[in-house]
Amino acid sequence: MQKRGGVTLKRVFADLHVCLSMNDSAATLRMISKTAKLGYRLIAAPLAPETNKEEVVKLRKACNEAKIDFASRIDLQPRTTNELMVQLRRLRRKFEIISVACDNKQVARQAAKDRRVDLLSFPFLDFRRRFFDRAEAELASNSLAALEFDMKPLLVLHGPARVRLLSSLRQEAAIAMKFHVPIIVSSGVAIEMLLRKPRDMAALACLFGLDENSALDAVSHIAHAIVKRNREKLGSGFVAPGIHIIREGKNR
Amino acid sequence: MALQIDSDGTPSRKEFIYAVWDAIGKLYGEYGASLTSLMLIDYYMERKTAVIRTSLATVNMVKASLASITSIAGMDAAVHVLAISGTAKALEKKLNWS
Repeated sequence: MQKRGGVTLKRVFADLHVCLSMNDSAATLRMISKTAKLGYRLIAAPLAPETNKEEVVKLRKACNEAKIDFASRIDLQPRTTNELMVQLRRLRRKFEIISVACDNKQVARQAAKDRRVDLLSFPFLDFRRRFFDRAEAELASNSLAALEFDMKPLLVLHGPARVRLLSSLRQEAAIAMKFHVPIIVSSGVAIEMLLRKPRDMAALACLFGLDENSALDAVSHIAHAIVKRNREKLGSGFVAPGIHIIREGKNR
Repeated sequence: MALQIDSDGTPSRKEFIYAVWDAIGKLYGEYGASLTSLMLIDYYMERKTAVIRTSLATVNMVKASLASITSIAGMDAAVHVLAISGTAKALEKKLNWS
């Protein structure tokens, strides 16, 4: 529970990276019901660029039956900045969340400064290609991008690899907090058994230096804010941030 | 702390507590594990639930360690925290356990 203006608000939890198998509908339904059972009220699943609207509607319906909200997401993996721009132009209005896997520095910098990018993610095994440094954070703080940490590697890695990963995550989290870049904690798993309750995810997030409230925000408010902002933008009445068409008059 | 074990098989009491100690040891080392004062209070094999006790200062450490468990006795598993309370009586009341 969190207090705001004297009113106690219950946190509504979200996992913005649940990997659903589009070919196996039974497995998809199992994952959806499991996330609902664990206490999530919003999930997002990465989809292929060519996913049609019917598939998204089907997934949304399955989620609604489990009493959770569904947001469409795409994971872009551009090799060059030009490729990133082309993909953003083509796909921004098709998906509610856009995540960019930053494989090189140029792409990372461009993604951090582009206001169409929602999430920045970095390879978890190749520590030399984790480009979230002070310059990246400064660019991201002036745009809308959040830094995404998947919990899957923390669960599947062991020994020195996990130690190294925790160390990188701790450094990046400290930089992100210094530059007020929002942090999102998501699962990134495709197997039910690796799903964790939101509060357990927050406990894992404390391993890399987030305090309890920031960790809980990373699995609740921040994720919701991203989806809400993008839904507003994708709505038909949106003109600019803060400006919406409420009613259209007749031409005289 | 009341826990739910999610696994295909049914681990024994010994296998479960070994997995918990192992997870704490891996994440925080033997020194960190010694700070937790961890103790298994109850273990209900048939409903795959457990009650453990830990010191208040290390609740988050234990929660993170429990979340990092991916297998128990070679079986894929997950441990979810059901409820946390200051006393065993309050915990049972919270969960409606009799």
